[in-house]
Amino acid sequence: MSRRIDYNRIQDNLFRIVGIGCTLFGLLMLGFFLYSVISEGWPRLSAQFFTSLPSRKPEEAGILIPLFGTIWVMVLTSLISIPLGVASGIYLEEYGKKNRLASLIEINITNLAGVPSIIYGLLALEIFVRILGLGKSLLSGSLTLALLILPIIIVATREALKAVPKTIREASYALGATKWQTTWFQILPASAGGIVTGVILAISRAIGETAPLIVIGAMLYITTLPSSPMDDFSVLPIQIFNWLSRPQKGFIINATAAIIVLLAITFILNGIAIYLRNRWQKKVKW
Amino acid sequence: MQSKSILIPLTFLLLTACGSKQNNDTSGDTLTGNINIDGSSTVYPITEAVAEEFQKIEPGVKVSVALSGTGGGFKKFGRAETDINDASRPIKHAEDSIAKAHNVRYVELIVAFDGMAVVVNPKNDWCNDMTVAELKMLWEPEAQGKIKKWNQIRPEWPNEEIHLFGAGVESGTYDYFTEVIVGKSHSSRGDFTASEDDNVLVQGVASDKYALGFFGLAYYEENQDKLKVIGIDDNNADNGAGPILPSMETVKNKSYAPLGRPLYIYVNSTAGKRKEVQEFVRFYLNNTNTLTAEVGFISLTDTESTEAKAKWESFITSLSSVQ
Amino acid sequence: MSIKEKIIEGLLLMCAAVSILTTAGILWVLISESSVFFRKVPLSDFLFDTQWTPLFADKHYGILPLVTGTLLTSFIAIMVALPVGLSIAVYLNEYAPKSFRRTVKPVLEILASIPTVVYGFFALMVITPFLQQIFPTMAGFNALSPGIVMGIMIIPMISSLSEDALYAVPTSLREASYGIGATRYQTSFKVLVPAASSGIIVSVILGISRAVGETMIVAIAAGQQPRLTFNPLVPVETITTYIVQVSLGDVVQGSIEYQTIFAAGIALFALTFILNNVSFYIKKKFQEKYE
Repeated sequence: MSRRIDYNRIQDNLFRIVGIGCTLFGLLMLGFFLYSVISEGWPRLSAQFFTSLPSRKPEEAGILIPLFGTIWVMVLTSLISIPLGVASGIYLEEYGKKNRLASLIEINITNLAGVPSIIYGLLALEIFVRILGLGKSLLSGSLTLALLILPIIIVATREALKAVPKTIREASYALGATKWQTTWFQILPASAGGIVTGVILAISRAIGETAPLIVIGAMLYITTLPSSPMDDFSVLPIQIFNWLSRPQKGFIINATAAIIVLLAITFILNGIAIYLRNRWQKKVKW
Repeated sequence: MQSKSILIPLTFLLLTACGSKQNNDTSGDTLTGNINIDGSSTVYPITEAVAEEFQKIEPGVKVSVALSGTGGGFKKFGRAETDINDASRPIKHAEDSIAKAHNVRYVELIVAFDGMAVVVNPKNDWCNDMTVAELKMLWEPEAQGKIKKWNQIRPEWPNEEIHLFGAGVESGTYDYFTEVIVGKSHSSRGDFTASEDDNVLVQGVASDKYALGFFGLAYYEENQDKLKVIGIDDNNADNGAGPILPSMETVKNKSYAPLGRPLYIYVNSTAGKRKEVQEFVRFYLNNTNTLTAEVGFISLTDTESTEAKAKWESFITSLSSVQ
Repeated sequence: MSIKEKIIEGLLLMCAAVSILTTAGILWVLISESSVFFRKVPLSDFLFDTQWTPLFADKHYGILPLVTGTLLTSFIAIMVALPVGLSIAVYLNEYAPKSFRRTVKPVLEILASIPTVVYGFFALMVITPFLQQIFPTMAGFNALSPGIVMGIMIIPMISSLSEDALYAVPTSLREASYGIGATRYQTSFKVLVPAASSGIIVSVILGISRAVGETMIVAIAAGQQPRLTFNPLVPVETITTYIVQVSLGDVVQGSIEYQTIFAAGIALFALTFILNNVSFYIKKKFQEKYE
């Protein structure tokens, strides 16, 4: 009898080691990535790197154009996706509860969230680039990414709206406010923290996207800054992809430096989102 | 919420300010304009170098260079979507017809010579040369799915899979290689790693012991530490017996056959009327010899160079007379 | 007032309907371009031919090589992510102190937020050379390296969803198991995991779907050679890489090349659609099993 219990205990403890090991594996891999990227790319970071145009000589090449492209894309995509996404979320959560159309839209959104990003690229290639004739412009790229992250924003908005207690709504109606007045003046401000968090996470996802932009033809080789939404553009992930495909060591180093910049932007955005989420959760004590 | 609404227009302002700074440099005598170039990935390094140096002295001119491959580039060139096409083979009849249909007249200028290098991995210690016949056996369409191992080419070679890397179908290198090795342009097996981006091919061969690939000599020259080039024997004693390795001399004296070839740029007539394009092409022809050496191609002789420049000048004059 | 409300409601509805337009757009684009393709290429060729050489002299239009490339890399990914992810989920759920759980979870989430092009770099520049020391005959482009890296990328997905599934198992079951003297290991694997199995299976299917749709990691590290093989040490090509490869060149609308990317796209869409909806179905059907 005691032999069996000992065996079980050993098994139990062994698994604890396996469990810790696996958890640490994930963390170790993360640490290892970051280390390999930072150690190789950090020395390359300099004012010259940020302000230079592309060049055939790796030491002279820089990320000015793709960095600007990323910022432009970030702004345009936000402008398109935030109003659309928040409005959709409000409709589904506040207005469309008993609606058959609403439940169809809901299923639709869940499916869209699982569609590979490259398919959005094909959609954009045919419709934005060819049929609407927008070409491989910033506008096409931003529209594509906006559609891609729309499900994320909608879901985040809905979650945030759901968290607002019914009592707020009821109190507002009791005072004679209309549905829209309630939504605009009471619910939205109350859920703003959650919505903003979701939006920032969605944007952070968008700026890391490469595949759909390659499909619509975002150029790997432009030499000028975009000055309007109809211009050709490039973004950081595409520049990284391009430099990675070159065998010269100098370009690989450039790629790692650009990766540091991209990761920095991603982490800062995510950090802001998490900070906001924590602050909002603490503040809102119903 | 309030601070957020200020942030967006502010960012916009910042971006448009930065974006439009580029267009304020219109002083009286500097050139301005956009030059759109596409085409061969083999010629790309030269054009890229020329564009970069040109933009240093004429910052008002924006030159963009893409690499869709010689074929892909000609498609756009024929539709008048690009000003200049880089080409690692002459224009085909079908492509010329498309250009005519769109009223595109053009001039063909030789800018350098290239030897197509056949490379293997440095760890490959069994293969130092191949004959044209062996290459044909390896690359012809009938090889697809059948010729898979090194020892099928020569029995003393290892019984291991060959991993093939080569130019993609839009590439002039592909057309040229298939024409002179297989005997029919655009005709080859399909089961190899094909890419219009020679860098992918370099990476592929450099990291794989059993790989074999072909691309422009310049890409070999730039990555000599990662690749091993093999000699080609065309069984023609007239231009040098035995396997010949590609180099400046052997390409120039035509002993590296049949894989030596000229590299071209094609300039369309509408573009040729613009001052910035004329200056750019002049700059190109004047500097190609220095830059091709830097990049790894074989430069033109003085006679060839003068000929090309003269051809360009007469093309420009012919344009201004046909208004 | 009422009219204004109705207008606002209408506007909001239109915004929500954009998502339907998106799906409609995707379906229309994929179907219309593929149908042109399928008029030129018989469906049986597409499904059963073993070679994919649409651009070459000897044209073959079999999607199988691309599909095996996709499935091979995804399979390797889930082979990494499932054991690790599930172990993490079990460990955090049953063994770890709450504070450890609170700190580790967000850090794991960071793994999920890294842009995929960065993972691609890691696969090509770090994992492949490392693996080449273990398997000297391994080619520079292969399925194993991106497969492993994709696995690392989806670990947070598996662990997080599995953890939620384990958490949702009623405490009564847990307590009953401990009550009869079972260890944590026995409770976890003989009671909780089976009880949460539907949720765990859902996480696995969604993880596979994510790996199938992944583009950049495989485009950078797996190669561009379509071949029907299960050998993880040689170059392969996935459906997603093919689409990128053609897009990087010149894609003339109306040409057969242009249509092949949509044919490949529809195959990809079909795969992920089936995977996703199977998982939704399982989730819904087994959700209230223990209520």
